[in-house]
Amino acid sequence: MKLKLILLAIPAFIMLILSISFFSARTTLDRSINQLVIGSIGDASYLNPILAQDSASSDINSFVFNGLLKYDKDLNIVGDLAGSWQVVEGDKPVIAFNLRKGVKWHDGVEFTAEDVKFTYDAIMDEKTNTVRRSDYELVEEVRVLDKYKLEVRYSEPFSPGLESWTIGIIPEHLLSGCDINTAEFNRYPVGTGPFRFKEWISDEKIVVEANEDYFEGHPFLDRIIYRIIPETSLSEIELLTGGIDYSNVYPHQYDRMRQNPYLRVYTHLSLGYSYIGYNLENSLFSDRRVRQALTFALDRKKILDYCLNGRGKLATGPFPNQMWYHNPQILPYPYSPEKAKNLLAEAGWIDSDGDGILDKGGKPFKFTLITNSGNDIRRDIAVLAQRQWREIGIVAVPRLYEWSTFINTYVNPRNFDACILGWSLGVDPDQYSIWHSSQIKDGFNFISYRNEEIDRLLVSGRREYRKGKRRAIYHRIHKIMAREQPYTFLFVGEALPVLSKKFFVVEYGERGKKDFHPVKIAKGGLMYDLIKWYVPRRAVVSDR
Amino acid sequence: MTKYVLKRFLQCIPTLFGITVISFVIIHIAPGSPIGMQLNPKTSPKIVEEMRKNYDLDKPLHIQYFLWLKKLFSGRLYSFKDGKPVLQKIRERLPATLILNITSILLIFGFAIPLGVFSATHRYSFLDNLGTLLAYIGISIPGFWLAYILILGVVKLSGMPVLGMRTFAVEGLRFLELALDRIWHLVLPSLILAIGGIAGISRYMRSSMLEVIRQDYIRTAYAKGLTEDEVYYKHALRNALLPIITIFGFLIPGLIGGSVIVETVFAWPGIGRLAYQSVLSRDYPTVMTIMTISAFLTLFGTLVADILYAVADPRIRYGTK
Repeated sequence: MKLKLILLAIPAFIMLILSISFFSARTTLDRSINQLVIGSIGDASYLNPILAQDSASSDINSFVFNGLLKYDKDLNIVGDLAGSWQVVEGDKPVIAFNLRKGVKWHDGVEFTAEDVKFTYDAIMDEKTNTVRRSDYELVEEVRVLDKYKLEVRYSEPFSPGLESWTIGIIPEHLLSGCDINTAEFNRYPVGTGPFRFKEWISDEKIVVEANEDYFEGHPFLDRIIYRIIPETSLSEIELLTGGIDYSNVYPHQYDRMRQNPYLRVYTHLSLGYSYIGYNLENSLFSDRRVRQALTFALDRKKILDYCLNGRGKLATGPFPNQMWYHNPQILPYPYSPEKAKNLLAEAGWIDSDGDGILDKGGKPFKFTLITNSGNDIRRDIAVLAQRQWREIGIVAVPRLYEWSTFINTYVNPRNFDACILGWSLGVDPDQYSIWHSSQIKDGFNFISYRNEEIDRLLVSGRREYRKGKRRAIYHRIHKIMAREQPYTFLFVGEALPVLSKKFFVVEYGERGKKDFHPVKIAKGGLMYDLIKWYVPRRAVVSDR
Repeated sequence: MTKYVLKRFLQCIPTLFGITVISFVIIHIAPGSPIGMQLNPKTSPKIVEEMRKNYDLDKPLHIQYFLWLKKLFSGRLYSFKDGKPVLQKIRERLPATLILNITSILLIFGFAIPLGVFSATHRYSFLDNLGTLLAYIGISIPGFWLAYILILGVVKLSGMPVLGMRTFAVEGLRFLELALDRIWHLVLPSLILAIGGIAGISRYMRSSMLEVIRQDYIRTAYAKGLTEDEVYYKHALRNALLPIITIFGFLIPGLIGGSVIVETVFAWPGIGRLAYQSVLSRDYPTVMTIMTISAFLTLFGTLVADILYAVADPRIRYGTK
């Protein structure tokens, strides 16, 4: 008898507890806490700017650390830990940095030029597992002049080098003498930034708190919580329930998010583009007319509309449309299957046996088009391209591979016909490692593109410091690339950050009165004035 | 008995060694590499080479294997992905996985056994047939799909946060509220994890019970004049539970293994997600260590199952001739 009772009691008891928890759970969240909860798809790896490679780590590091220089909201380089700096041009250019005085690490120790030198030495140490080292290979010497002054001497002119000093500076007094790859510091970082590290629970959240001694002023927010949500459709749900305040969303979520009264959706063009790359070692693609035809035959507007709901711009070359080095005179190839057919016929590709597929010398125009699995946008591009090319008699066979296999078995050994990929780029226009012929063997020029003029221009572009001259060089590169079509440049997508409307930017108006403005987006994104963000209690009420 | 257990335990060691060797070889032969995954145009080939050297990936495979063993036992095994000690990474995620899996096991046994017994004692009744139907649905429904439907449903209907281990963006909760909040966050994921188990094991329990009821000694019990309840719960159930007990042993490896899908869908910071991410990023040390632990637990689980069986069933004796 007892047994029967137990059998009934256990499930009844479980049900009871579950329903109590259901009815006690909070249904409304407090939307007036002065904190920012950011949703991220991945966890951070190293909270150390010289080791971090992933975007989650970079986000946190940007809160905790400062570089010598930084990008402002319009993506111009301005001083950060360096109050001022100067480039002395010449055969061996020198950058002289004057550091801010009285900047303190979060543990109270003063920041000095020795920390910068230490950061540089740590990056250059071969034992350090950092991918940043190539940025500094042309640095001949980093010399500390005094506590607040230092000089960086390059062995030859290298203008992209300036950007490399935006890297977060790490403290010598906490890291010298330990193995930087495995140091505890990478999990409990101490920086100079506007927020100090508080805690990190793996795969769940990272918390940073306002640094009241920050040299640009006390941030208005109390803390930032970086929350890991491994699925994008789930971060949408959390945005709607108020579990997170900020996240990037996909184009198909854009309209849904706009309808929510608590959320504001922003758009800005991202720094990068998607493309179809042709392996130029393959005789199919060695003729420029064939590559042009492949681009003419694609209705890229339609692909953009379908894959990104039209949220982006057609790319015309290797430079994102919003940047100063993008050549505005280059127009996108129009969709013209007729032109494509003519160009292919000129190159000798005609349908001689009437099977609907172009051929030349008895060989049909057929190739595989590879990309990585797990990226729905690239998969859709592959399918649409296959379909559109088939209409002019070209057979492309799409294949999807898991990312690591895709890179290590197909792309890096140059073992492919055509591939769909995207570049995310830095702010500096230098793309030497992608296009220079010296990078064919084991660099990122995996399509084996060779063009002497481009080689020359790429080299002179990175040796030139003046913006006007660089602009002319990169506009020329853009023009050549558009004609040559080593890739079919597809589009520059939009980033779509979504932010709760409870955040305001605090500005001091006349007589020190606080004014609240809505958060505005700029070229550099949303977070450029993060330290001025604030959640006023009353504004939330009026917003409802 | 002790001798038998000891013998079985020692037998595990070469098996475990074999498993680690084979998995090590497979992982390293599989395409992909832990370095240069980001396709960052700023990484020069020289740096990739230097990093390979730092991670000992340039050494022959057998040397790498022994280095892995050495580092594992000296506690100096670091993840390729974030430089953390591998054992610490696993330990951090252990509580989340354990609590989720223990809850779901409680749900499975708490519901499956009574359901199975009920079905057996009310064989071919309407409720039994309904139970059969529901069990088939429960076994065949894809967990991730149901999870999404449940999440969407709960959020749409009640607006309650369901993801993760706790509610974010709340302050000043008292202990009881905190505990209930934690339990609430456990409800959906553990339910999803348990549904297949409840469906399967209740079927198992039903057939096991039915088999016992057909035995001669049950007829004897009836002949003695015992009531139906006494027959079922005193005599039949104990014997019918024997096969279920052994299943318990096989659940041990699952306790740690976690479930990639449920942990991902519910943003649960557990070991399943860690293992999956480590495979994707070719974090060899972490993958190998998790694999070794689950291999060990699987072996241990079968051993426990055997022992439990012997303890529960007097007809079974090991090691005596």
